[in-house]
Amino acid sequence: MELLHQIFIGPFIEMAGAPDLLVQVVWEGFVSGILYALIALGFVLIFKASGIFNFAQGIMVVFGALSLVGLHELGVPAWLAVILCIGIMFVLAVTVERVVLRPLVNQPEIILFMATIGLNTFLIGFGETVFGGEPKTMITAELGLPTGVTDVQMLGGMVSFQHIDIAAAVIAALMVATLAIFFNKSKIGRALRAVADDHQAAMSVGITLQQIWVIVWFAAGIVALVTGIMWGARSDVSFALEIVALKALPVLILGGFTSIPGAIIGGLIIGISEKLAEFYWGPMVGGSIESWVPFFVALIFLWFRPQGLFGEKIIERI
Amino acid sequence: MFYREVGDLKTTYRSDQQVLTITQERYAIFALLAFMYAVVPFIADDFWLNTVIIPALIFSLAALGLNILVGYAGLISLGTGGFMGVGAYACYKLTTIFPDVNIVFHILASGFFAAAVGVLFGLPSLRIKGFYLAVATLASQFFLEWAFGRIAWLYNYNDSGAIDAVNRSLGGFALTEPYGDTKFQYLVTLTIVVFLTLIAINILRGRFGRSWMAIRDMDIAAELIGIRLLPSKLLAFAISSYYCGVAGAMLVFLSLGSAEVESFDILNASFPVLFMVIIGGLGSIIGSFLGAGFIVVLPIIISTVPRFFEIDINSATVEHFRFMIVGALIIFFLIVEPAGLARLWQITREKLRLWPFPN
Repeated sequence: MELLHQIFIGPFIEMAGAPDLLVQVVWEGFVSGILYALIALGFVLIFKASGIFNFAQGIMVVFGALSLVGLHELGVPAWLAVILCIGIMFVLAVTVERVVLRPLVNQPEIILFMATIGLNTFLIGFGETVFGGEPKTMITAELGLPTGVTDVQMLGGMVSFQHIDIAAAVIAALMVATLAIFFNKSKIGRALRAVADDHQAAMSVGITLQQIWVIVWFAAGIVALVTGIMWGARSDVSFALEIVALKALPVLILGGFTSIPGAIIGGLIIGISEKLAEFYWGPMVGGSIESWVPFFVALIFLWFRPQGLFGEKIIERI
Repeated sequence: MFYREVGDLKTTYRSDQQVLTITQERYAIFALLAFMYAVVPFIADDFWLNTVIIPALIFSLAALGLNILVGYAGLISLGTGGFMGVGAYACYKLTTIFPDVNIVFHILASGFFAAAVGVLFGLPSLRIKGFYLAVATLASQFFLEWAFGRIAWLYNYNDSGAIDAVNRSLGGFALTEPYGDTKFQYLVTLTIVVFLTLIAINILRGRFGRSWMAIRDMDIAAELIGIRLLPSKLLAFAISSYYCGVAGAMLVFLSLGSAEVESFDILNASFPVLFMVIIGGLGSIIGSFLGAGFIVVLPIIISTVPRFFEIDINSATVEHFRFMIVGALIIFFLIVEPAGLARLWQITREKLRLWPFPN
C-alpha cells in the first residue's frame, strides 16, 4: 500500500503542491524534446527518401558541431565557419552517396543499416583524429545566440527560461516550417516525395535517385549541424553526445519512421515524459532512469499502434 | 579432384542424417578439433590465448546466439550486450549464493537467466518487426545497463561497482581468470563452445530451426502453414539469449577476470557482436566463428602494425585510427561481400570441388 501510494499518488501530490516546479520540469523536457525531435528529423528525412535507417545521424550532429568549433578555433570568423560547415556537410553527403550507398544499392535493409553503423564508427575515429577527443565549448556568443535567463513570476513561484532554449524552440520551429514548405511546394521536394513513395516509379518519370540521395543526406546534414549548435550551446560539444543521440530512436518508433510531424510530437512526448519520470519517480529507484524510460514509453505506444503515432499503416500481403 | 562428395554413398538413414554428411568434411572437422585440443595449447603462448583465441571463441558463441535470432529467425536485436551482461551478473550472483557448486555448472546455468530476460524483452516482437523491433530491443539494452550500474545487490554492494571473478577450480585445478592457468581456461572454453555449437547445429536443422527460417522468410505464410508465431519467436529469443548469456559469463570468468557495466554496453558488446554476425554471414554457423575471429583479431592487428614498423605514435592516436579503419573495413566488406565471410568459404568450397578444372 505504502509502495503503491509512493508510485501512483505521491508524485502527483508533489506536482500539485509546487506547480511552478512542475512548469520548470515540463519546460526542461520540452526543450530536450525539441533536440530529440531534431535528431529524429534527420533520421526521418533519410528513411523516407531511401529506406535507410541511418544510425550515423547522431554522430553527424557531433561532427557538425565539432567542425564548427574547430574551424573557429583556427581563427575563421563565426559566419564563415557556418558556411564552411554547410560545405563540409555537402561533401559528406556526396561522399556517403558515392562510397557507401551507390555500391550497396539493392542490398537488404539490414546490410545498409550495418553500413551506416560502419559509417558511425568511421566518423567517430575521423572526428577524434581531426579534432581530438576532449570536449569543446560551443561558440554561442560569436554566433549571435542569446545567453541570458529570464525569470518569470508565475503560480506562486519562479520559473526560469534560458534564452538559448527559447531560441532553440524558435529555430526548430522555423526549420520544420522551411522543410515542410520545401517538401510540399518545391520541385525537388516533390521529387523527394516521389522517391519516398516508390523508387522505380520515380526513376521511370526521370528522377535521378543518386541526386535525390545526395540532397536528403545534405538536408539531414544541415539539420544535424543546427542540432549540434543548439545542443552544444546547452552543454559541451563532445562525443558523449552520440550516446544521447540514441535517445532519438524511441522518438522514431513513437512518431513513426516516415512522419515529420511524428518526429516533432514524438520528440516532445519523449522529452517531457523523460524529465517528469526522472524528477518525480527517479529518486525512488536511485535516479538516472531517463536512460531507459523513453524506450518504455515508446514501447507502450507501440503496443497499441505498431506503426507509431503517425506512421503509415502497415499492410502485409502474401 | 580430392574434395568431393561423389562416391560417398549412404546406406542407412542414420548415416544420411548425421551433422556432416560428407566423409571428408567430417574427418577435416575431427582433425581440426584434434588440432585445437592437442596442438594449440602447446604452440600458442599465453598472450595469444588470452588476447586472441579465448576471446574469439567466447565471442563466437555470442555471435552464434545473435545469429540464431537475426540470421535464422529474422528478428533484429541490438540488445546482445545486455543479455551477455545478464549472464555475467547471474553467474557472479550464483557463485556468491552457491559457493560449493562447480563453476562450469554456474556458467551453463547463468544462461537460463539471460534466456528468461530475453523472453521478457522479446514480447514486443509479436507486434512489431524490422527496425521498429531493433529499436525496441534497445530498451532492454539501456534498462539492463542501468540495472547493472544502479542495483547494488547485483555486484554485492562492493565499492568499485565491478564484478570480479572469484577463485574457483575444476577437477582440483584453479580455473577462473586471474587464478587459473591460461591453457586450462582455453581447454574449458573450447569444450563449452564445441558442446553448445553442436547443440545449436541440431536445434537449427530440426523442427525449431525450420520454423524460425519459415518465420524469417515470411511470417504470415509461416502462420498459415501452422507455425505458432508467439512460441516460436519467444523460443528464438530464449535460445539466442541463452547463448549470449553463457558467452557473457565466460567472458568475465574465463577471459577478463572482472567486468563492469561498460564491458556490456552498446559500443563494446552489442555492435561488435552484430558486426561479427553480419561480416561472418547471416544465417550461417561457420560464419559466426569466422566473423568473431575477424572482429577480435582486427584491432590487434591495427595496433600492432605501427609497432612493427617502429613508428612511434601515442596510444590515443592509435585508438582513433582503429575506429576509422574498423569503420572503413566494415563498409568495404559489406560492399565487396554483403553475404559475409561464410559466402567466401562457400565459393572456396565450390572451387575446390571442381579443381583442377575451371568452372
